[in-house]
Amino acid sequence: MDRVERPLSPHLQVYRPQITMVLSIMHRGTGLALSLGVLVLAYWLMAVAVGEAAYSDARVLLSSSLLKFCYIGWGFCFFYHLANGVRHLVWDLGIGLERGQYQVSGWIVILFTFVASACYVLVVII
Amino acid sequence: MSLISSLNKFLGLGAADKGVGHWWAQRLTAVALIPLGLWLAFAFASLGDFSYKSVVAFVQAPMNSALLVLTLLTLSYHSQLGVQVVVEDYIHDVTLKSIIHISVSFAHVVIAVAGVFSVLKISLGAPG
Repeated sequence: MDRVERPLSPHLQVYRPQITMVLSIMHRGTGLALSLGVLVLAYWLMAVAVGEAAYSDARVLLSSSLLKFCYIGWGFCFFYHLANGVRHLVWDLGIGLERGQYQVSGWIVILFTFVASACYVLVVII
Repeated sequence: MSLISSLNKFLGLGAADKGVGHWWAQRLTAVALIPLGLWLAFAFASLGDFSYKSVVAFVQAPMNSALLVLTLLTLSYHSQLGVQVVVEDYIHDVTLKSIIHISVSFAHVVIAVAGVFSVLKISLGAPG
């Protein structure tokens, strides 16, 4: 059966971005990005398991500037997904769901993400 | 008005089939990943130049091997649960959705097994 292309009711595009929706979308985005990170984590361990020669070959890719850029991104994604994940777990306990509370917790998540990932990137990755 | 279909009422499944199990698994793996994720992040910090010798020494330490296996399993499971929801939400074509679901599930199992096997080989065997 063919689908009729009926006009849709106004969707996301009619809304001014709000902190709740932006953080929610970012939680998905960072989660997906971190899933790709697991691939690199497994690749790294596999290369070490195969042996020293294989690992030195793998290091050419693992220490490439593209992946170094990704490590910085994954650092940011990790701390964001961690902080916002804790925010979700607190919500699951029924806490912090009032208007105002979820905006404050959202800004705390943003602040934590930038401070933690900046420290991590400066100390560990660079 | 109940949102539960007659069939699901009969099967005792509720409105969302296996949704509750998925919800719990996602939360429990999330809680476990708070310490495990932070441990992994700080483990990377302790590895310094990521030379072969220092990585092997790190993975071979019994506590690190155990924590790496735990982290890999929990991470793969949590990732599988999350990606599954994203696919369910955005892919509407039934055939394509099924193909992606199956591929994503297989990929996660393969990654978990490959990662865990690698840790065990480094830890228990003599690599290289």
